[in-house]
Amino acid sequence: MMRRAEAIARAVAALDDDIVVTANGWIGRETCAAADRPEHFYMLGSMGLAAPIALGIALAQPERRVTIFDGDGNLFMTLGTLAMIAEQRPANLLHVVFDNGVYGSTGGQRSPSQHVALDALALAAGYANVECVMTVEELDVALRQRANGPAFLRVKVAAEADGDAPRVPHEPEEIARRVREAIAARAEVS
Amino acid sequence: MNFLDRLRGAGFDFFTGVPDSTFKRLLCEIETRPEFAYVPAVSENVAVGLAAGAHLGGRTPVIFMQNAGLALAVNALASLAILYRIPMLLVVGWRGHDGKDSPEHRITGAVTLPLLDLLGVPTFVPARDTIDEELSRAIAAMHGPVALVCRPGVLA
Repeated sequence: MMRRAEAIARAVAALDDDIVVTANGWIGRETCAAADRPEHFYMLGSMGLAAPIALGIALAQPERRVTIFDGDGNLFMTLGTLAMIAEQRPANLLHVVFDNGVYGSTGGQRSPSQHVALDALALAAGYANVECVMTVEELDVALRQRANGPAFLRVKVAAEADGDAPRVPHEPEEIARRVREAIAARAEVS
Repeated sequence: MNFLDRLRGAGFDFFTGVPDSTFKRLLCEIETRPEFAYVPAVSENVAVGLAAGAHLGGRTPVIFMQNAGLALAVNALASLAILYRIPMLLVVGWRGHDGKDSPEHRITGAVTLPLLDLLGVPTFVPARDTIDEELSRAIAAMHGPVALVCRPGVLA
């Protein structure tokens, strides 16, 4: 099974023109370790809100591509967001869930995703495109093809209780400032 | 000019929230006016996330919520909006104010202002004839989230 850090590194490399919002915990740390771009919004706390934050950016910036790096535990906290995204139908939004079936940042306790298929929930909510990938090859193809949004990509990764990426080194205010400035700078050019 | 138009006139350009009977008429109206592009949120913590994203995308957001939902949004405020200093206007319906209202609103009603104070959220409580003034003060203080706490009838 894919390792989460490897899957994240491949997604970061493939989505180098996207605005990316990361779930708290290892997902944000491993994203930052793979590449620390100003267009990455590292959500440090507020578990469950990566998808709502990304939806807000996607609605405010319909010309930019926006991707969520979510976790299964995160998404279950605010599952109603699936319905909001499906209702708003942002064509520029890709919702990636690195699904390891556990709460990896707190010791690996099980999440409901071991019994409830998140891709089936996204499909039922009404996402335009839904896919589930199990291997690096499938992940690369899905990222390259980039289905129209709102798209949902469930990436099955191994359950690991820990990682080795360091903490995100930036102060929260600095994270917000640089994302906002990077978005504004691009909006001015176009 | 009604309150919604005042908000637009003051520069707010992203509107979300969760229905509250305090703002029954306003939230029915906002849904019929496409220029507001109102985005209904499923819960108040989600609305704070959405508003934070809108700000990162260059917008100036407003969230309508009941004080019961403010309690639900405490972590979203503490570890996102306040921590990252993301400006947003919370328009909060104050159920259970002054010990009035039905039982489920008593406790949250009593702690609404102290809760905002503990969080360090600048808070303004308008009367019917001071709405413009309190809105201006709230905007001047908006270096992160600020709250306009409204008793039923104040914005009607």
